[in-house]
Amino acid sequence: MSSENDEKKASGENTHGEKKSGIGRRNMLKALAGVPVLGLFGVQVLRKFSYDDRHNVRRQIINELGLNDLLDSVKPVTPSNGDVIRIGIAGFGMRGPQLANALGFMEKKQFDNAVKNGSLDSQIKYGNFNAAITGICDVFDQHAENGLATAGHDIFTGGEIAQKHPVKRYSHYHDMIADPDIDAIIVATPDHHHAQMSIDAIKAGKHVYCEKAVIHREDEIEPLYEAVKNSGLVFQMGHQIPQNAVFQQAKELIRRGMLGDISHIETTTNRNTPHGAWIRHVDNQGNTKPGDEKSIDWKQWLGNAPEVPFSIRRFYNWARYFDYDTGLFGQLFSHEYDAINQLLDIGIPETVVATGGQYYYNDFGQIPDVLHTNFEYPERGLTLTYSANLTSSKTRPRTIYGKEASMTVGGHLTMTPDGNSERYADLLKRGLVDPSRPMIEIMKGSSLESAIDAVSSATTQYYAARGLTSTSIDGREWDVTHLHLKEWLDCIRNGGTPSANIDKAYDEAVTLAMADISYREQCRTRWDPVNRKILRK
Amino acid sequence: MNEPEKSVKWQNATILALRFLIGWHLLYEGIYKLFNPEWSSIAFLGESKWIFSGIADWIASNAGVLNAVDFLNTWGLIAIGLGLVLGLFTKAAAISGTVLLMLYYLFNPPFIGMNTVVPLEGNYLLVNKNLIEAVTLLLIAVSPAVKLYSLDALIFNNKQKN
Repeated sequence: MSSENDEKKASGENTHGEKKSGIGRRNMLKALAGVPVLGLFGVQVLRKFSYDDRHNVRRQIINELGLNDLLDSVKPVTPSNGDVIRIGIAGFGMRGPQLANALGFMEKKQFDNAVKNGSLDSQIKYGNFNAAITGICDVFDQHAENGLATAGHDIFTGGEIAQKHPVKRYSHYHDMIADPDIDAIIVATPDHHHAQMSIDAIKAGKHVYCEKAVIHREDEIEPLYEAVKNSGLVFQMGHQIPQNAVFQQAKELIRRGMLGDISHIETTTNRNTPHGAWIRHVDNQGNTKPGDEKSIDWKQWLGNAPEVPFSIRRFYNWARYFDYDTGLFGQLFSHEYDAINQLLDIGIPETVVATGGQYYYNDFGQIPDVLHTNFEYPERGLTLTYSANLTSSKTRPRTIYGKEASMTVGGHLTMTPDGNSERYADLLKRGLVDPSRPMIEIMKGSSLESAIDAVSSATTQYYAARGLTSTSIDGREWDVTHLHLKEWLDCIRNGGTPSANIDKAYDEAVTLAMADISYREQCRTRWDPVNRKILRK
Repeated sequence: MNEPEKSVKWQNATILALRFLIGWHLLYEGIYKLFNPEWSSIAFLGESKWIFSGIADWIASNAGVLNAVDFLNTWGLIAIGLGLVLGLFTKAAAISGTVLLMLYYLFNPPFIGMNTVVPLEGNYLLVNKNLIEAVTLLLIAVSPAVKLYSLDALIFNNKQKN
């Protein structure tokens, strides 16, 4: 009997001999065992969503601060189309190759290696903007040859652009800027050539991208300004930091008065290596780098600088000598100043005082290792300070101090409420924000919702970084130098004024010269805006 | 019921419990991602170590690929989770789950010297919860009990009938 029943069960009949459709009820219930589990799951998910919604501190802060549209302030990156722009690069030492890479050119061997070890993606992550490097000018044969090899291989079309537009070496920059087959010039030489080369290039009808600092001496400021201003050509200074997407958000937060009255802006340099102090004439193994009077056109390299015998130290470490550079001011403060000037439009200070000394790296060159400079803006009611240290790399972020909140801005942005803020008093009282940690933290590529980190942990601090080399827009990684060059090329093609334009360059050049004179001549400098002159007193 | 039968019953019950629990976990992982537009695998990929770090970088740097990976991951988790809870294509769901979890494991393996920046909720040496969950799913897939208490039994039984 029992075996008969089993057979009936298996065949879907009940023991009374009635045929049922499908399988037995018991088996049916067994098969649906997951349904109540799923039901329970659904109930729990709804409970969780409802709880999260009621306890979403981040959203509460976004709503209370009215920041829902903050992310809209980041403009998307548009493709660059148009005719090929033929570029000549003057100076192919260190920055020149980086700019060439950002334009999409890489020496074949370096390219193949990058493809092989998979690092190409992390180096080049951006779109082609149809530029060709058709001219290279460097006084050192080795650098020029590297330039030719780099310009001869473009990444995006596998050498197609480079083939169509052959690259030429010029022994003197005058020949390069006079060539009608070149549309635009990148100046990436030591600083003492920047202004003169830019002026000559502009006068020859070429657009100019000039590395910082655009001037070396105060008497170069007006001629450069006049030349560019009257030319109708596009001039861009090489300050890529404000291309970080967070700068657009920082600007918007400041515009909305989220920081309150700003009376102090702190900028810094924090380095602790010989390389960071521009001691670069030896390689990693301690051997002197190549170059001699035969392979280097020393006379052209010196330009208008005082005549001195050939020196490999001067050639590689030029940033340490006042004959060729303003040192920390031109190399690094210029970036800091531009970052702040792009955000706040602070312009030229009324007075500047700089003090410091060469206390550590005192073998050669004149630049100080420790430098403190105050830039006073009485009309704006604020002081900009620049504190530079070449013997400690302890990080000090670029910080804007306001009555209501302070902001640090670099590769990412933080905004921290002031403990005595009136604007945020209510939020502080309710414990939604805390003066000991940022109430807004916008990481590279993060969305606003995840940026408002009221429960910020030590992990988020880890990501704190200063002027990063890449930014994230629309979920894509962008080299900021690439974006900065793109802005220049887009303006050449479509008209318009780039962000680091000649007016910004003028503000910066005067500010740098005031600081440089103050340090070297040990005096307070004052700007006379009527006569456009720097006064010493 | 004799001892071996009792034992099998308990084994089956345990397998079923594991199926529900892992299904629940993966389903919620998928649902969470679906309802959090902020979520993206970019952070996980950015942390990737070992042999898959190159692929991870490539995915992270291509917006289209990243979106596709996020989409597949989210819906893959939901499909596997539903499959396990309901017992629908259970074996396929369990094997897919094993593969997915092994991918998570291999993209960020807890090997010596491969520390992640973001602190995890536990401490792992070679073995982590992804690996354990993956192997458990494999156990479910290969166990005869995979057919028990499942919609599969209903569907495939009917198919046989027709």
